[in-house]
Amino acid sequence: MNAGDTICAVATPPGEGGIGIIRLSGEKSIDIASAVFVGSGGRTVRDYKTHTLHHGELRAPDTGERIDEVLVAVMKAPRSYTCEDVVEFHCHGGPLVLRLGLEVLIRSGARLAEPGEFTKRAFLNGRLDLAQAEAVIDLIQARSQTGLRVALEQLRGALSDELGRIREGLTRLLVEIEAGIDFSDEGITFISPKALAAGVGKVAERVDRLIRTAEDGRIVREGVTVALVGRPNVGKSSLLNALARADRAIVTPIPGTTRDVLEEFVNVRGIPVRLQDTAGLREAQDVVEREGVRRTHDALARAELVLAVLDGSAPLDPEDRRTLELLQEKSAVLVVNKADLPPRVEPADLKGFVEPRRIVWTSATTGAGLDELRDAIRDTVLRQGLEPSEGVLITHLRHRSALERAKTSLDQALVSIQQHMAAECIAADLRVAINAIGEIIGETTTDDILDRIFKEFCIGK
Amino acid sequence: MIIRAHDDRFDVIVVGGGHAGCEAALAAARMGARTALLTMEEDKIAQMSCNPAIGGIAKGHLVKEIDALGGEMGRNTDKTGIQFRMLNTRNGPAVRSLRAQCDKKQYRLAMQATLREQPDLTIYRGTVDRIETVGGRVSGVVTGAGARLAATAVILTTGTFLKGLIHVGLNHFPAGRAGEDAAEHLSDCMREFGFEVGRLKTGTPPRLDRDTIAFSVLTPQPGDDPPSPFSFRTERIPMPQVCCHLTYTNAETHRIIQDNLDRSPMFTGVIEGTGPRYCPSIEDKVVRFADKPRHQIFIEPEGLDTHEFYPNGISTSLPVDVQAAFLKTIPGLERARMLKPGYAVEYDYIPPRQLHPTMETKRVEGLFHAGQINGTSGYEEAAAQGLMAGINAVLKIRGQAPCILDRSEAYIGVLIDDLITKDAREPYRMFTSRAEYRLLLRQDNADLRLTDTGYRLGLIPESGYRMFCEKRDAIARERERFRTIRPKQTSEFLARAEALGLQSLGAAITLEGLLRRPELDYEAVIGLAAVEGHPDAAVREQVEIQAKYEGYIHRQSHDVDNFKRLESRRIPPDFDYTSVKGFSREVLEKLQRVRPHSLGQASRIEGVTPAAISLLQVSLERSRRNAA
Repeated sequence: MNAGDTICAVATPPGEGGIGIIRLSGEKSIDIASAVFVGSGGRTVRDYKTHTLHHGELRAPDTGERIDEVLVAVMKAPRSYTCEDVVEFHCHGGPLVLRLGLEVLIRSGARLAEPGEFTKRAFLNGRLDLAQAEAVIDLIQARSQTGLRVALEQLRGALSDELGRIREGLTRLLVEIEAGIDFSDEGITFISPKALAAGVGKVAERVDRLIRTAEDGRIVREGVTVALVGRPNVGKSSLLNALARADRAIVTPIPGTTRDVLEEFVNVRGIPVRLQDTAGLREAQDVVEREGVRRTHDALARAELVLAVLDGSAPLDPEDRRTLELLQEKSAVLVVNKADLPPRVEPADLKGFVEPRRIVWTSATTGAGLDELRDAIRDTVLRQGLEPSEGVLITHLRHRSALERAKTSLDQALVSIQQHMAAECIAADLRVAINAIGEIIGETTTDDILDRIFKEFCIGK
Repeated sequence: MIIRAHDDRFDVIVVGGGHAGCEAALAAARMGARTALLTMEEDKIAQMSCNPAIGGIAKGHLVKEIDALGGEMGRNTDKTGIQFRMLNTRNGPAVRSLRAQCDKKQYRLAMQATLREQPDLTIYRGTVDRIETVGGRVSGVVTGAGARLAATAVILTTGTFLKGLIHVGLNHFPAGRAGEDAAEHLSDCMREFGFEVGRLKTGTPPRLDRDTIAFSVLTPQPGDDPPSPFSFRTERIPMPQVCCHLTYTNAETHRIIQDNLDRSPMFTGVIEGTGPRYCPSIEDKVVRFADKPRHQIFIEPEGLDTHEFYPNGISTSLPVDVQAAFLKTIPGLERARMLKPGYAVEYDYIPPRQLHPTMETKRVEGLFHAGQINGTSGYEEAAAQGLMAGINAVLKIRGQAPCILDRSEAYIGVLIDDLITKDAREPYRMFTSRAEYRLLLRQDNADLRLTDTGYRLGLIPESGYRMFCEKRDAIARERERFRTIRPKQTSEFLARAEALGLQSLGAAITLEGLLRRPELDYEAVIGLAAVEGHPDAAVREQVEIQAKYEGYIHRQSHDVDNFKRLESRRIPPDFDYTSVKGFSREVLEKLQRVRPHSLGQASRIEGVTPAAISLLQVSLERSRRNAA
């Protein structure tokens, strides 16, 4: 909303695409872009002429971590869409890279653009003519409404409750501090620094927990890829069908029936999972099988979780052992299938390959153990082990950056309390945090605080 | 100078001689406008109608700002103050605030003397019944006696006098203050102009006879020694300083009040106006906080040679016999004689969202409102508005740009913006928590923030301004010295540092770096580094505050930059909000009701969303280009 800020957003439609563009506009565009981009030949965005395109890497300035190989386009004011300094990063498409790119820009001082804000700036700065004003208004309106709807959907349930509790916790502390400032001559005892530090610490911890669930939030929103691997005929396709509850893969008792990588989108405990059935890792007999094995290796490399499947009714063979060895490297769950048949695999045989809680005994035929398998997938994928249905997941970058701002201020408050800084400084930090939370769930004003003080304390001479 | 010829023509007429009226009249006359102050009773000019104190938390900030702009309240308090206390010393510098007990009579007389000596200012006696207009512009006033006074601008500072109604128990009678007539006709005239008029209530405690108070059993509460003045131009506090006292109510007091609630105008619904929650009557406190065993009462002298004492904390509108009965239960007041009973007063006010930020009304050009007529409470809030109304009335007459202080510049800016933007449901009082840029708006830097403005307006005399400039330069030089001196870390230095518990000082640390350490203040740094300190305490204080709070000050300054951008986007007064597509009905209604003067003000209206501001911004640009 503030014309002077530098704003950023993804400028291409959401979803998987060949190229995704992140756009940056405002006074500090060139500075911010210089901080996150290293051109081939070591040059920075500051060195580039306007309206030129350069190759290089997008990096996190704090860690130096490379995010993507990108092309950067520099368009200096006033010859740009918004008539401000604009820098665009052309990244490889894919939500993950674009999200990481935005995060880096926000951490370097940009702000996520409001709905329709680039176009609004273009109009306000005289780039668009009067005839287009109506279209600008429609755009702002439509985007705000969509944004609002999405935000409301995300805020339903437990997340909203948790944010409400955080805000209430902060408000209560602020009420104490403010009462102690504005009514210090009323003969009332207010909160001690020690209790204040404890209170702020507790809320900061809750905010932190929410931020840590952000990664889980991404998984819940964007999903994960899970690969099924194991020698032929252990029942991978049956498992896939059982999880998907559809006869998608061709299931026959003949080894090697699954020649290609089959995939199915299934919902596992609220998480969208792209489940890939692979051809397995056997010594290939022919060209077709060799190709299948190569694709299996590719699929394993891409997968965020591997389901290694054994036939529990047959003794372990060399290919099973190759599969088990894979488990050391990847995040994995070991599935011992065909539990309905007389067992030939003992838990002792599996010792050392994977933790016991990551072993699930199933029968794709009877459906036994499938619920446990679903739980195991969820628990392995979500680091925080939270129930997605609880909804306490931050799935939106805007929310996450607001939470991070809140956390920074609360940390500052804790340092200041320790240094015996004035109460009004601590109050300033708490207000930043409350406003940041307020951005997610709705505004708070100073009048709320005064209302609370008058309700809770006997004020007045 | 008192002239009673009734055919005079003035630039500015101020109606009402309270704290708002005095500042308005002085500012206008000092800026060279031919000014008249109309009052019902000359002897009551600058009367402190309620408690005998000026300042207090956040209010003290207002007084310092009034002073820095060239107003009179701070200087007048310094002349007549008999106890000065800096409040909130346990909190930080931003919320420290000065409060002074004044000799009420001396306060009034000193202010009256200042008014009389002021060139271009005439004091009239009379009630105003009507405002006259020509073509929607104010042209003068008509007094109760039928006299017409012509003026280019009129400032109404009528306090609690508009249809004032005093309640003592279930009895009530029209009056502006105890013993003074109310103004019965002016608010009808305002209604005729189309102003919305509301009703508020406030109250005051009984006054007690000094000779009947047992001071020996009360807790004494002395003032600061030496006392510090309000005005940056005051060198010495002339009046002898006195002690205040503290006592408490108890269970028996509360029982008597509880037993007589059926005779309270508040609890029987006789009073319709809304009272302030921050200044509740004792009956209110006893009912709402029934579990509180006692409430504190400050026993404050109303002056050096008066018998009247003010028991601060027991404002009441209970019947006189109940007031007498509960007083007898309070330690030290068992034999106290009431000189005047407490009472509540209801009065008309004109909701201030009908004002421009200059204090001029939107309905009648040239008509300004300041003080309690705008629904505020407090001498300081009134004086601040009076000053700004006086300044802007003159600027308007001269055809010059108005003087509008914004929320990042002064508490006065916060006050006026709140008044014109929010719908107050109770008398408005200033609190530090209302100021979002509180760390920047300190009482210690009010002169640094506002003296230039006061000088430009012609309200600060040359000599005062020269002193100010010297102080400002001295602060800059001292800060520079602190940034550049790196004390040699000799063995003596290191020994002193260790004694202070300092660890890991960088080898190249400056005096300023040392000052930022939480363990050290200015004096400690000077001692540690063995360098000379600055002789002026005010300079030392500034250097310390600016260094210690630099991080926070810097962050708030950054917020101010963003704030200023929206603030500078003006909305034309005749802007047609219905031409904006996409506002919700609620947003449209609110914008039309308040008619904000800037995008910033619009964004502070409750319920106006960021998306609505975006729509408004685009629509403003569209209509600007359409007009061009």
